Amino acid sequence: MLKRASWLALVAALVVTVFPFYWMIRTALTPAADLFRDSTALWPSNPTLINFTRVLGLVSSEEARAAGGSGAEIDFLLYTTNSLVYSGLIAVVQTFCCAMAGYAFARLRFPGRDLVFGVIVAALMVPPIFTLLPNFVLVKQLDLVNTFPGLVLPSLLMTPFAVFFLRQFFLSIPRDVEEAATLEGVGRWGMFWRIVLPMSRGPLITIGLTTIVWSWKDYLWPLLVGKAEETRVLTVGLGVFLQQSPNRAPDWTGLMAGSVLSVVPVLLLLVFLGRRLVQSLNFSGMK
Amino acid sequence: MQAVLRKRDDRVAGWLFLLPVLVGFLIFYAYPTVRGVWYSFTDYSLLNDPAYVGADNYRELVGDGQFWNALKVTAYYVVVNIGSQTLLALGLAALMHRLTRSVVLRAALLVPWLVPNVTIGLLWAWLLDPDLGFVNHLLGVVGVDTTLSFNSPTWAMPLVALVNSWAYTGYTALLLYAGMLQIPQGLYESASIDGAGEVRMFRSITLPLLRPIIALVLVVSLIGSFQIFDTVAVVYGGKAPIPEARVIYYYIFQQAFTYFHMGYAAAVAMVLVLVLGVLTAVQMRMLRASRSDLG
Repeated sequence: MLKRASWLALVAALVVTVFPFYWMIRTALTPAADLFRDSTALWPSNPTLINFTRVLGLVSSEEARAAGGSGAEIDFLLYTTNSLVYSGLIAVVQTFCCAMAGYAFARLRFPGRDLVFGVIVAALMVPPIFTLLPNFVLVKQLDLVNTFPGLVLPSLLMTPFAVFFLRQFFLSIPRDVEEAATLEGVGRWGMFWRIVLPMSRGPLITIGLTTIVWSWKDYLWPLLVGKAEETRVLTVGLGVFLQQSPNRAPDWTGLMAGSVLSVVPVLLLLVFLGRRLVQSLNFSGMK
Repeated sequence: MQAVLRKRDDRVAGWLFLLPVLVGFLIFYAYPTVRGVWYSFTDYSLLNDPAYVGADNYRELVGDGQFWNALKVTAYYVVVNIGSQTLLALGLAALMHRLTRSVVLRAALLVPWLVPNVTIGLLWAWLLDPDLGFVNHLLGVVGVDTTLSFNSPTWAMPLVALVNSWAYTGYTALLLYAGMLQIPQGLYESASIDGAGEVRMFRSITLPLLRPIIALVLVVSLIGSFQIFDTVAVVYGGKAPIPEARVIYYYIFQQAFTYFHMGYAAAVAMVLVLVLGVLTAVQMRMLRASRSDLG
């Protein structure tokens, strides 16, 4: 009895989690003209792909307007590409740089090491908005607003969390392997590049994936620094699309088509790396 | 062998390994932190140079009703968000732990966490649309006479909080679930032989042994919860939210980039730093005091 109720609760949780996404897709497949008539239908009476083609900028602006668009230039193909480059670049470079630093903090001995590490960990306590204001001023002074470097630079090289996480992991690797390699005359860089990195594939992927997901979700910073068309990422694109949409009757079918586009890449990530991603969420292993 | 490692001089190698991270840290963390503190003591509009005004910004803040309102609204949001999200996640994790090890189920529960908050805000703005929203349609079908809307002063903040709980419950549940997997299975088996039911086992085995993980999850999600911005920025159509939903992050954003009161915005941000610092310190203390019996 209790068991049946428990399963029921679990299924209910699953439905509540998944149904809104189903509704997003359903709306994206509904012609704007049918929005009202189909507002409670579980499947559109005349399913169409026009909402996707128009937000991807694949049809002329007359056709887009006829399908319910505001006629403003909207190009989700570009925004998706920008988002992929933005999060991919940050994830790769940041993970690599933080791995180098994490290794130095865990294994190399030099004066000042622990002091510097302490200062970096202390920065974990500063909420992002606090550094965001001066960082915006800095990027503006460097004349990098609405450029790709301005967008990625602040998070390209490091976050305190990634440094901290990778150092904790490197501390837990047994020293034997490295000691043997030292006796064979392998240098510090060779040790890091040929021995430590290949041994640490799991944590590196974990931190890389986390970084991809977080940068994919970024909104406030790209909104301030990359609002121009060429540097616009998906989240900002959706925000701008929403603002251009008429107040009283927002272009819901187009907005939902754009929303689907922001979900597809992370879904692919989940399909291909699901097991790794799910298993990486393990706080207890991170003491 | 230890001696071999110890004798090596890593002075040069060490700093070279740190170089990229140090550059990033100094330019985009350390420097802006110092600058942020400085701005909070200045009058700065982005157009003029910052002019030192002493503690004026902080004095103004004490009498600023909108600032206090923002703090109050944020606190309300955090309580509803963290409360509902943690309780639901705990229940969900316990259900999974006792019923299934399915990776597919866990992956499905993780989907909302992977999606940008902007998308989630848009999706729920549509589901909660007063005229065409599906949730309001459902409420009508069930016979509830209320229309849920982000524009309702009463519902605005609870709705934003619940939307974000919806987005983060699965993720939180998976963190707690991973913690539950560390509890020795034998404890449940012997309790069950002694005739303890599931509810009893949850209360006497799962909850006490999971305490440190729950505390850790609380610290992390609480700090995250204070930073609510994206959802509020989106569900009001990209325009300023109603006062009942003007959270502290949005207030800082507005002061800095709508009114160009950079100095004042920095002072408000300073207060947020202090609030979060105190909260973290308190929580860390509780965390230390609540070591699991498993050690």
